[in-house]
Amino acid sequence: MKLSAKKISKDFAEKAVFKNLTFEAESGTCLAVLGPNGSGKTTLMRILSHLILPTSGTIEYFEHERSIPAERIFQHIGFLGPYLELYQDLSAMENLQFFSKIRSMKNFEPKIFKLMERFGLKGREEDAVKTYSSGMKQRLKYVFALLHEPKILFVDEPRSNLDEEGIRLVYDVLQDYKKDRLLIMATNDIDDLKLADMRVQVNV
Amino acid sequence: MYKAWLVFRKDIQQEFKTRYALNAIFLFAIVTLTAVSFSIGAFSAGPEILSALLWIILFFSSMSGLAHIFVREEETHTADTLKLVTTSSSVFLGKLLFNIILLFSVELLVVPLFIGVMNFVVYDGLVFVLSLVFGSFGLAGGGTIVAAIISKSNTKGALFTVLAFPILLPVIVSGISAAKKAATNAPFVSATSELQALFAFAVVIITAGILLFDFIWNE
Repeated sequence: MKLSAKKISKDFAEKAVFKNLTFEAESGTCLAVLGPNGSGKTTLMRILSHLILPTSGTIEYFEHERSIPAERIFQHIGFLGPYLELYQDLSAMENLQFFSKIRSMKNFEPKIFKLMERFGLKGREEDAVKTYSSGMKQRLKYVFALLHEPKILFVDEPRSNLDEEGIRLVYDVLQDYKKDRLLIMATNDIDDLKLADMRVQVNV
Repeated sequence: MYKAWLVFRKDIQQEFKTRYALNAIFLFAIVTLTAVSFSIGAFSAGPEILSALLWIILFFSSMSGLAHIFVREEETHTADTLKLVTTSSSVFLGKLLFNIILLFSVELLVVPLFIGVMNFVVYDGLVFVLSLVFGSFGLAGGGTIVAAIISKSNTKGALFTVLAFPILLPVIVSGISAAKKAATNAPFVSATSELQALFAFAVVIITAGILLFDFIWNE
């Protein structure tokens, strides 16, 4: 899987957030998006994942040299960030079953239990998400993002709300993940940057 | 269609846990019906007035609940989550189905109550039922697409009714006219133009919704 971003710019109300960003990244690497608060890291993450459109520029994903159509890219993307929530009134299991079915996954229940156990949420599957602590919600977001085994993973603030054990676990998962897939991470944390192979600086 | 069904089922699951839209729409309908019955009395209004009152109650009740389906996704920051897992057409059809079922549920409660409390006599049941069914599809179709638009704005509640009213005016006008004919023992053929208008509006607004929703959903 290869990402190619060419001359991406984004304006909000005619004010430029960033201009003319050009970069490429391939599976087996971790691309870190850096920049001060308010510089547009999250906006760039949302543009790269096709959640919003850039004002100008193009983003393309290639698999075996073939471009993947924009409407099909979501099948290959896992995403987690502080502004992306799961359904709070539903249980973790109801959420994950819904996402698995709508992604047309087969035999997903063993995967759900395996990931819930890996992220330390075993036994809490039937609890409503709103009863989870903020750290548990972050762990559940990792389960959601990884459940369909995406080829590209976007992580905005990887350590957000996690305790020491959670941070170690997430680093292990991300280190393992980027061996053969593409990891794109928005962060300013020095420890997170140890995972990064490439960096993109965001500011106007 | 299966994905639209999954979106609908998820919304139903959520609704049964919170009952926000159900409570809002049912309470609004009951309160309005009570206010209307107290203010005009049971025997003082003819079929023309009663038909208009019925559709006013249905319209404003639907305005109090239909927007919730998209507003909830934006307010709880789950809209992006939904975008990541499915297509815009399945989201629209799932939400539309939810709003249609919601409107039918309200009508099942409000219409018999209205007939009983307001002494509204329906001579032609077929015209009356068809106008309600087609009208509900139109209200739900228009309401769902407007709900998607206003969910991204800051003044959601007020904007919904203001934007929806001109779009849904043909449904209200045709619905009132069809209900009046059903209540005055007019022959079935005299109501065909209203029924055709309601049916055509529903088809057009739902088709337009499916075609336009992608632009709204993806900003």
